[in-house]
Amino acid sequence: MAAPESLTAATAQDPFRSFAPLSARRLLVLAGIAMILAGMIFGDIFAVFVLHQNASRVGASLRAAAEAALAGDAGRVQASFADVGAFLENRGTKVDTHVHLIGFGFLALLLAILQPWVAISEKYLRRLAWLLVIGGVVLPSGVFLIHYVGLAYSPLQAIGWASIVADAGGLFVMIATGGYLYGLARRLANPLRNKRSDHLLSAPDGTGRLLFAGGLFLVLLGFLHGAYYAGADLYRHEAADYNLLSQIASGASAGNSIQVGRALQEYGLLQGDKAVNIAAHAHFAEFGLLAMLLGFFQPYVSLRQIWKRRWAGILLLGSALLPVCVLLEMRFGLVAGGLADFGGLLVIVAGFAMWVGILRYTGALDAEMGRRA
Amino acid sequence: MSAKRVLLVGGIGVALLGMTYGLWYAVFAEHQALDGIGASLTAGLTSAAQRDQAKSAEALQRYRVAKYKYERQVDAHSHWLGLAMVLIVVGIGIDYVRLSRKQKLFLSWGLLIGSVLFPLSVLLQTVSAGPDPKILAVLGSALVILALLGAIVGVLRRPAAA
Repeated sequence: MAAPESLTAATAQDPFRSFAPLSARRLLVLAGIAMILAGMIFGDIFAVFVLHQNASRVGASLRAAAEAALAGDAGRVQASFADVGAFLENRGTKVDTHVHLIGFGFLALLLAILQPWVAISEKYLRRLAWLLVIGGVVLPSGVFLIHYVGLAYSPLQAIGWASIVADAGGLFVMIATGGYLYGLARRLANPLRNKRSDHLLSAPDGTGRLLFAGGLFLVLLGFLHGAYYAGADLYRHEAADYNLLSQIASGASAGNSIQVGRALQEYGLLQGDKAVNIAAHAHFAEFGLLAMLLGFFQPYVSLRQIWKRRWAGILLLGSALLPVCVLLEMRFGLVAGGLADFGGLLVIVAGFAMWVGILRYTGALDAEMGRRA
Repeated sequence: MSAKRVLLVGGIGVALLGMTYGLWYAVFAEHQALDGIGASLTAGLTSAAQRDQAKSAEALQRYRVAKYKYERQVDAHSHWLGLAMVLIVVGIGIDYVRLSRKQKLFLSWGLLIGSVLFPLSVLLQTVSAGPDPKILAVLGSALVILALLGAIVGVLRRPAAA
């Protein structure tokens, strides 16, 4: 295999040391991208197989509570709300698994970039990196299991084993992040250590610039959409939420089933409208950050320049397609939903291609190191 | 102080602010808020089932207030953390932005002030129903939007001829 462009560009400085086999940076980059991809694949599976079905069950339970109120059965109202709680817990733990895997992946990439400014020996950095990766996987896994494990065999009254395991994962991540912050503070406190350059950020890369610009643009779109939503819809939605629930309650009190049915239908549509707006806003921002972070690692992506550009373009296309189509879901239903999932798939495929490119880079780097030794 | 330092140190500071607030909120307020929302909604419909409209309306009013507060408290926390991440990432990549040192510094302070101000104004909406927090929110978000626009313009600029 010929020496890849990115290797020759970056070897001018010192990737052999900072990106050596089993180094903290290599671990954080490869594990960080893998965690982001795993979180996104989980999110796509959740969106296709769980999200809508779960929303239907929540809606059905709310309808059952309203019908019980209409029939004057206070006991059944409370039982129906207990069901709503269980469905919301199921949904909430799935969303948390998705969000935390991706969030810890972002954190791993961020710490990988900051590595040269962390004044701690490589041996301890490696331990902290492992701690972060283990905690970053254990916490979402524990959160995922909360709904299924419940309080079985738990030594505590209100917290189950899955929550305890998740909390332990969170503690690992906190210790690792605290260690990195301590290292950063040590470097800031010692001016002699401040003059430090990093081959990763100083290696010029056109694809990195493209991803940085595209990512900034996506974050800006997310913020503009959020500002528009806050100005045009947020207060209207909040008022409608209260008014519709009041109509359900007053209709049930008065025995007016038509009013209850109509209000329930509008309430379902309102929740859908709110959900797509929040999801679009969050995904614009998250994909923007992902594009910018991946942009910094482009010198490590050992692919031909044309393919690096193509994968960057596909990642940006998918990153824009998903939130735009999520927004259109209320109007175009499953077609828009399918396109949104396709957008997510494009991001996953492009991210995986970059991950493979980095893996190729490590292979080339290790071979070169072996040859020199 | 360089733009990079403003963004990196500011970003870490905003992240610590968001996490500290989140920790306090999770330990002392979140469960109570969620319990309040669930209990008031259940009470609203239970009272409706008992044909007690006054009690039902009162419970739903409690639900409205609790949900309004809860959503803003969570929004403040998540926006502080999200914007901290944006500050740090823009700080790392600030060399891609082809603007003068002074322009970059101006842009960095704008982004930092907006990132602190916007979530703070969202939080202030839970203690003041007046227009002031909303004006602050508009100001904070405008600062963030303008700073991001400035950064995009800087990244897209052609390099100056040597």
